[in-house]
Amino acid sequence: MKNIAPKLPIEEYEKNFADLHPPLTPNSAVAEANRCLYCYDSPCMKACPTHIDISTFIKKISTGNLLGSAKTILESNWIALTCAKACPVNILCEGACVYNEKGEKPIEIGKLQRFAMDNYFAKGMPSIFNKATKNNKSVGIIGSGPAGLACGAELSLLGYDATIYEANKIPGGLCTWGIAPYKMRREDSLKEVAMVKSFGVEIKTEMMVGKEIKVDELIKKHDAIFLGVGLGESPQLSVTGENLSGVIGALEFIEKVKTENWKDVPVGKRVAVIGAGNTSIDAATEAKRLGAEQVFIIYRRSEVEMSAYEFEYELAKKDGIVFHFLTAPKKIVGEKFVEGIECLKMRLGEPDNRGRRRPVSIPGTEFTIPVDMVIKAIGQETKSSFLGSIPNLTLDTDGCVIVDQNTFQTANPKIFAGGDCINGGKEVVNAAYDGKRAAHGIDSYLSNQTKGGN
Amino acid sequence: MVDLSINCAGIKSPNPFWLASAPPSNSAYQNCKAFEQGWGGTVWKTIGEPVMNVFNRYGGLDYNGQKIFGLNNIELISDRPIEVNLKEIAETKKLWPDRAVVVSLMVESKRETWHEVVKRTIDTGCDGIELNYGCPHGMSERGMGAAVGQVPEYCKMITEWEIEVSTIPVIVKLTPNISNIQLPARAAKAAGANAISLINTINSIIGINLDTFELKPNVGGLGGHGGYAGPAVKPIALHLLSQVAIDTEVSLPISGIGGISNWRDALEFILLGASSVQVCTAVMHYGFRIVNDMIEGLSNWMESKGFTSLDQVRGKSLPRINDFGNFDLLNRTIARIDQTKCIHCNLCYIACEDAAHQCIDLTPVNGHNKTEVREKDCVGCALCSLVCPVEGCISMVRIDDGSSSKTWNQLIADFKKSGRPLTWKALAEFQHKHGIEIH
Ligand SMILES: Cc1cc2nc3c(=O)[nH]c(=O)nc-3n(C[C@H](O)[C@H](O)[C@H](O)COP(=O)(O)O)c2cc1C
Ligand code: SF4
Ligand code: SF4
Repeated sequence: MKNIAPKLPIEEYEKNFADLHPPLTPNSAVAEANRCLYCYDSPCMKACPTHIDISTFIKKISTGNLLGSAKTILESNWIALTCAKACPVNILCEGACVYNEKGEKPIEIGKLQRFAMDNYFAKGMPSIFNKATKNNKSVGIIGSGPAGLACGAELSLLGYDATIYEANKIPGGLCTWGIAPYKMRREDSLKEVAMVKSFGVEIKTEMMVGKEIKVDELIKKHDAIFLGVGLGESPQLSVTGENLSGVIGALEFIEKVKTENWKDVPVGKRVAVIGAGNTSIDAATEAKRLGAEQVFIIYRRSEVEMSAYEFEYELAKKDGIVFHFLTAPKKIVGEKFVEGIECLKMRLGEPDNRGRRRPVSIPGTEFTIPVDMVIKAIGQETKSSFLGSIPNLTLDTDGCVIVDQNTFQTANPKIFAGGDCINGGKEVVNAAYDGKRAAHGIDSYLSNQTKGGN
Repeated sequence: MVDLSINCAGIKSPNPFWLASAPPSNSAYQNCKAFEQGWGGTVWKTIGEPVMNVFNRYGGLDYNGQKIFGLNNIELISDRPIEVNLKEIAETKKLWPDRAVVVSLMVESKRETWHEVVKRTIDTGCDGIELNYGCPHGMSERGMGAAVGQVPEYCKMITEWEIEVSTIPVIVKLTPNISNIQLPARAAKAAGANAISLINTINSIIGINLDTFELKPNVGGLGGHGGYAGPAVKPIALHLLSQVAIDTEVSLPISGIGGISNWRDALEFILLGASSVQVCTAVMHYGFRIVNDMIEGLSNWMESKGFTSLDQVRGKSLPRINDFGNFDLLNRTIARIDQTKCIHCNLCYIACEDAAHQCIDLTPVNGHNKTEVREKDCVGCALCSLVCPVEGCISMVRIDDGSSSKTWNQLIADFKKSGRPLTWKALAEFQHKHGIEIH
């Protein structure tokens, strides 16, 4: 990189990456829990993708039954600590809280869930679940992200031998590597990994399927397979200069930040982030908090079309991120290092097939922003070559694995899938739900097989 | 500002708010401070026999995070020498001539002892005497307090001793720990008492520590019953007050006590016949300053309703107290939900479904449930409207036209007259005739 942002004092980093939403104290948790109306068939529960019985877990906090509270939560969602910290609660459970309609502040469901889960882990994960007797069937799970972990946890309680194959050295997938540190630290994700392991799930790390172990070997070895492989690389921008030193994919950058060796993460003095989704905002704010002097977000469409949540946009603005809307990158300039990004102004044309108005370039409006680093955050591609190596899968036009909506079974009856690889990139909570449901899909598939005598 | 002054059996005060005989009225310092902040009167913390308190003496009942819904105590009467108290009472009265200074007394049940203490009390210049026949713990074991209040004959006899020598009004303070409150009230009246005050505290055990198994309050591992007060006792106090207020054999001025925390509570006591009201727990929780809102709130309410004196308000709800047998069985109400106000918490549904008459239907409508009352099955019990968290969302509406009415007493009389026995079948016919179906 041409101009690297000067390193900050260590306390400064810790301050910048400190919890955005500090935890509730025991007193404030009980006070907040007591505000909950204990709705019946509550809208918050319906809004939660995993359908946690929210009003029940909250009432348990108010009576001091914290272990019972954690149990209620975990019964629906094995990735509950991560979800408590990383879920967009204001568009999910908290957004559905009846207090909104009443014109009052909704219950702080995310923070209460965190309170119950923090207590559960602080108490050393007391055993609260019964395991079914072993049925001597085994399931291989590819990927230790939220979908894989949830699937493994559920299967192992159902009596299966569950083995997770993880390419990375440290498991947890995006929970470990993809969540901005001011929302959640790696150690929290690893607590959930440890909990799943404590149920008897084996996690084989640095085990890239297709490399360290062949796909057909795996299919032979196990009675069923669950794919929780998530997504792959950022797509190419397809502009010149993309290979210059100083250009990096957003996830690769965020992963570096998540090592929590703040001063070892190179960041330019001036940074351009391409794209305006939630990941772009994470990358931009993280670059800023690492010491970048100026960070720009460059987006082809306008504020209205941007896919980032409102609260993420607010956070970025608070961090001083500068937004260039209706602006597209034309070329990354520089000799060896990134020196600037040449952009073109856009206007909105006709809507595309998703109903979003298509950006159209305005000729002759080129301008260059001098930057030292370019972070590409224009989404992720599916792992097409890996998915292609698995026999008999069917993929949709976006490259996502097609599954049965109830059983999560793919076109290959022995193979099930969930999480980002079937939905193209949603929330952790969706993956957690898929993994759990898929475990039941697998269970009924394998139980029927036994009955059928195959 | 409306004139809030009152006259309770000859004891006058600029407003009806008195400190109850309790820790807040323990000393000249406290009573004078309370007067400065606006309290109309005080009933001095009970003075009398030598006593010594234990250290830990209160227990609180919290509810859903709200502190002190109820307060329990095992405190005794004043633990300061009677001489000190009498001196301070005299000083206080001299400083505050326009406020009511009533002195609560409790001594052993001997005629001479009572004669002496009453005379010494009158010498302070105070406005009245309150006889504490209510303290349910510590003193009753020594034959005082509730031990007197629970036996109407003692209550009468001992009150007579005071009346014999008293030149100022005597109020008898009753214990609620009795099955018929009218008996001690009548005894007090018969003895010549000038007023009744009620209630004192209710026998209670406030709670148990689940880690140590100790009672609350815990005194070195032991605990026992104490006296219960605070917001939670208000409904009991209102009932007992009404019982005394409607008793024509009593007809004495009443000072209402029990769970009064604000002007609204106070008004309820006044509407049921109280001349003055006394407050303890609310002051123990928040301090004397609460009287400011009490005075202002009561005055504003009077103004908004067009009342100019508390005499116009006192006892206004008493004529409505009646027997169940005189209630109209055909005054028919049902619940109606204002869909524009509903926030879809479904609490009315589950309450009706599990605890009433299963007549609220839940239908999924774009993402939430719509709650609807099946009116023909609604018995109008009002449970749903009580659980609904939205003000004015469920209203109980009257659906009969008022053309026919029948009380239980009338119904029984009808049966008697016609010579038919009262059977379930006959009752169902009566209901059916009026369009009432009970499943
Ligand atoms: C700690 C405490 C001490 C009390 N001491 C006395 C007392 O000495 N004499 C008495 O007549 N009543 C005593 N009471 C009863 C109060 O005067 C009053 O009747 C009762 O607390 C109900 O009123 P509240 O709900 O406003 O507290 C005491 C109450 C409490 C809470
Ligand atoms: S909707 Fe709100 S008030 Fe109702 S149960 Fe859920 S959190 Fe509680
Ligand atoms: S209790 Fe009230 S707000 Fe709640 S669903 Fe019923 S009518 Fe609506």
